Amino acid sequence: MKDYLVLRVIAKMMIAFMLLFALYVQFHGELGPGGGFQAGVISAAAIILYAIIYGLPAAHRVVPEWVVETMVAAGVLLFALVGVAGIVLGGNYLDYFVLDPNPVHGQERGIFWVEAGVFITVSGVMLKIFYLFAGRGRDEESES
Amino acid sequence: MTVASHYSYWVTIFLAVAGLYIVIARGNLVKKLVGLSIFQTSVYLLYIAPGKLIGGTAPIVSSEFQVYSNPLPHVLILTAIVVGVATLALGLALVVRLKEAYGSIEEDEILAQDRDA
Amino acid sequence: MTSHLPILQVVVPLIAAPIMVLLRSGPIAWVLAVSVSWAALAIAAGLFVEVADGSLVSYWIGSWPPPYGIEYRIDVVNAFLVLLISLIAAVVIVYSRESVRAEIPRERHYLFYAMYALCLAGLLGIAVTGDAFNLFVFLEVSSLSSYVLIALGRDRRALMAAYQYLILGTIGATCYVIGVGLLYLETGTLNLADMAVRLAQVSGDRPVLAALAFITVGISLKLALFPLHLWLPNAYAYAPSVVTAFLAATATKVSIYVLLRFYFHVFGGSAIFDAQPMAPIWITLSLAAMFIASATAIFQDNVKRLFAYSSVAQIGYMTLGASLGSFTGLTGGIVHLFNHALTKGALFLLLGGIALRVGTIRFDAIGGIGRVMPLTSFGIVLGGLSLIGVPATVGFVSKWYLVLATLERGDWWLAFAIVGSSMLAVVYVWRFVEAAYFREPSAEVARLREAPLSMLVPAWLMVLACVYFGLDTQLTLGGAGAAAAELLRGRQ
Repeated sequence: MKDYLVLRVIAKMMIAFMLLFALYVQFHGELGPGGGFQAGVISAAAIILYAIIYGLPAAHRVVPEWVVETMVAAGVLLFALVGVAGIVLGGNYLDYFVLDPNPVHGQERGIFWVEAGVFITVSGVMLKIFYLFAGRGRDEESES
Repeated sequence: MTVASHYSYWVTIFLAVAGLYIVIARGNLVKKLVGLSIFQTSVYLLYIAPGKLIGGTAPIVSSEFQVYSNPLPHVLILTAIVVGVATLALGLALVVRLKEAYGSIEEDEILAQDRDA
Repeated sequence: MTSHLPILQVVVPLIAAPIMVLLRSGPIAWVLAVSVSWAALAIAAGLFVEVADGSLVSYWIGSWPPPYGIEYRIDVVNAFLVLLISLIAAVVIVYSRESVRAEIPRERHYLFYAMYALCLAGLLGIAVTGDAFNLFVFLEVSSLSSYVLIALGRDRRALMAAYQYLILGTIGATCYVIGVGLLYLETGTLNLADMAVRLAQVSGDRPVLAALAFITVGISLKLALFPLHLWLPNAYAYAPSVVTAFLAATATKVSIYVLLRFYFHVFGGSAIFDAQPMAPIWITLSLAAMFIASATAIFQDNVKRLFAYSSVAQIGYMTLGASLGSFTGLTGGIVHLFNHALTKGALFLLLGGIALRVGTIRFDAIGGIGRVMPLTSFGIVLGGLSLIGVPATVGFVSKWYLVLATLERGDWWLAFAIVGSSMLAVVYVWRFVEAAYFREPSAEVARLREAPLSMLVPAWLMVLACVYFGLDTQLTLGGAGAAAAELLRGRQ
């Protein structure tokens, strides 16, 4: 779809806003609807839009496969380690109260990092699924 | 306690039965997964619908409001949706591999190929 | 640190999985998998010692008190199960290196071990959690990873087996969630212990009855109760050898635990449960599993499929023991759960050795294998004897208890049924003996060597455990008896 000028220009404009909106949903999740899952899907959607318009190889240059696979694992690890931090600081697993001298701030801090982990993993997983399905058909066509 | 007052349950039951029917009656592997997703969707409704109180607001404590909706079902179902997404993705990935291995996504054709082999 | 044992039991393998993916190295992933499996075994042993005297360990995730937060609740029932799972995992993972190297493409090794760690974390999570919805999440963690593990089998039929398991497993898990949802609507809680207390006071019986039905069907699908077992034979037959051994020894056992937990602890105190004719239904289905699945096993031409059908039959013995409702019956059921896990684990590990050398495990390809792989074949014969229930093997101990329980009830015909279906086991075990020892090895088979030591030692450890626990029953019967007593306490 590289030949459609309108699509290319609009997509380029949209992608920046989509990524920005993903960050808004991520950080505004405490006060309104949103959170790591939604934000992760939105940011992955931005990259997927890029891949659809400019082709899979271009998307691979922006976000290579190994980055995606690292994101999938790193987010889960971050989430789990926040839980372990609770144990290290003298509380139970996933205990946010002990993360800060002020328990309320501790809750906010814990949720922030957990949501960050969710964001990283979800956007990684969504991209990974897209890459896997989109990549399969391509290989067959080029081979045949 | 009339039939109409329980309409969300009727929708739930319809979705569950329709989804299961597709899983059982269709031989196309992708359609089976679609049916499975519909079946799972009925559970989302089963949990979320009773969590809503008419006139209730989001459960953020404030002196202005007396009635709050139950937030727990939403959290549970967000988890269930993620599980559903993972299941669907894995199922479709298996269908892609099946198509590559057998050249078909019809259950009876695949089973027939194995029987001949 | 000891107060955190319940959560560490789950989190240690759970953290290992993403680390394996990050490091992208098969050998390192194997070392990690071995370390977390053995760590899980040590934690499980610590927990078992802690609760063996009948005490209860309660762990509050995030320090939120139950019933509001998620509670991990360990009593002697799940401590016994956790010990079993991590014991099997610790043995299987040592064995896995050689077998995985032969059956899985090299670049996927680290993903294989990551999936294995996730599956282990899920199974352990089901066992330790005291929260109905958390249980569903762990059920799906273990199920999704086991679908992937099964699909890694070399035969293309593994894909279809994994797909069918995915469909049926998801229907089962969804039925379970529907049941839990109805219970939540009725009681307003998801904590299993709290739910049991509130269910006893519930007046309306229809939602509870529907919940009981949904949970029964959902979990029965997962534990492959006859006639809901259709996913099991293919899944076990075409999965990689390591996966078959691991899943056969743990996955269905965990589901049986969930069923027992719900029947005896959650529904146990409610009048609705007592009003249903549960025992006749379960005894009928158990008997059907014991006879029909055993009879089907006899006519299989794939050894793994044969033992997979035998698994369905053995599950029938466990549910039969539980449905008798008496202390002896329940002890027999639970000890059979432990014993059968050891037996089937040993059998599938040894069959993995044959699959490695021969490349297939169809009866027509392994004729005369007893002469070229004597240790492997003899191990399989010992395991087979345990399936039949010959004295001095674990199978005898559990069947003895089951027979005692039927005699206690005065049901002579049930005792005869147990012995009769064991005769069917003689037939299908004999099929292997006949193929391995009474046929001339073909030219191809004659060239083969014994399985490598790294596979033989773990497999024979399991075989020896089958014999050891058949003679010294203190740990198994003691643990199962304590678990049965704890479960029956919920019925009063």
